[in-house]
Amino acid sequence: MKYALFLGCTIPARARNYELSARKVAEKLGIELVDIERFMCCGFPIKAGDIDSSELLAAYNLCLAQERGLDICALCSSCTSALAEVAHHLSLDERRREQINERLSAVGLEYKSSPRVRHFARVLFEEVGDEKIKVHLQKDLSDLKIASHYGCHYLKPSEVHDHFDDVEDPNSLDALVALTGAEIVDYPLKKKCCGGPVLPVDENVALSVTKEKLESLRDAGADALCLVCPFCSVMYDGNQKSIESEYDTSFKLPALYLTQILGLAMGFGRKELGLNMNVVKTKKLTAKIGL
Amino acid sequence: MGTIDLDQGDPDFVKELAGQSGGQIRACFTCRTCVASCPISAINREFNPAKIIRMALYGLKEEILKSAFIWLCTTCYACQERCPQGVSITDFMTHLKNMAIKEGHAPPGIRAQLKLVKGEGRIYPIDDFDNKKRNKAGLPPLPTSCDAIKELFL
Repeated sequence: MKYALFLGCTIPARARNYELSARKVAEKLGIELVDIERFMCCGFPIKAGDIDSSELLAAYNLCLAQERGLDICALCSSCTSALAEVAHHLSLDERRREQINERLSAVGLEYKSSPRVRHFARVLFEEVGDEKIKVHLQKDLSDLKIASHYGCHYLKPSEVHDHFDDVEDPNSLDALVALTGAEIVDYPLKKKCCGGPVLPVDENVALSVTKEKLESLRDAGADALCLVCPFCSVMYDGNQKSIESEYDTSFKLPALYLTQILGLAMGFGRKELGLNMNVVKTKKLTAKIGL
Repeated sequence: MGTIDLDQGDPDFVKELAGQSGGQIRACFTCRTCVASCPISAINREFNPAKIIRMALYGLKEEILKSAFIWLCTTCYACQERCPQGVSITDFMTHLKNMAIKEGHAPPGIRAQLKLVKGEGRIYPIDDFDNKKRNKAGLPPLPTSCDAIKELFL
């Protein structure tokens, strides 16, 4: 199994714990991740401002993988969705493909057909599969209660992700976490957005959306939250302390990436998984499993 | 929002939107599933997707494009996934934002992101310090500059 690894902007600069743990988990499972230095931003952050340029950036990145004959595996949900969406549009719209190719000729690229675009979690869920993952799990996490945040662009728009999971009753992340033996926590606001995209526009609105969900998670008794997107992590991990002081409340809810959770079950150490880089402290959590 | 002044309506606005993805807003039968699904509407009544669709159908171009509320859409797609009439509401919101920027209305944060990505190729350009931290964590280095972006956006 071989993929071009699409890191995007946020992960290599701000979420090295995610990158580190994902590379460890991939190596353990025999997924070869190829780095392509020329990859740029996926286009998602400028979609609201300039959709044409956003699509051009996505097509540029798709071409780089296509010319190496590789499918793309992305760690960020927004990157996955932005790239998959443009691949979907271009497969249906020949005129748009011609316009894009005119622009891409400036950098010597031509969009012919799209590589498949997959989120890392989807690769684990669909392609690696339970049995192959279980073989590598050494540590039982049954003392932990873990809730998953699916977020938005990991699953939606559902047609660009081939409806691989049910957006109204998602299961893929819970199923992966359950392999570790952890108790799966369901909670009323499971499907809600993290609020992150509104952060540069209205911080109060964005943080209120995050706060609502943190309350729902606290009420459901979760020990930790499982994430698959660095934007969501900015809200639940990076901004959790500000929310606590702004609203005079307390959550102290560790927010781990799926790859950190699977990595713990695979027997990797805290530092190997970048747990020391998480903002909300994870020591009490890992002490429960003897780390 | 107070009374709607239909004399302010611009009939061409609906035509302009119709050609875009999300342009099927005429199909909206005001069931408000979008409002019930929206994480922003739940905490801020200023943001109401059904009302924005109605305003667009009345041709209230200026009022929409100058508004602060269109920027509150998180693009979570909850409304679009659930719309019984198949209106691509999230795509419609994205087009409104694109039109607003073209007319010179955009929050500074959005403008800054656009400038950064089109200038540097990344929201967080990588510098030597980042690569030092990456190296310390055992991660491969990344390029600190990007030539292709300049050629793409000449």
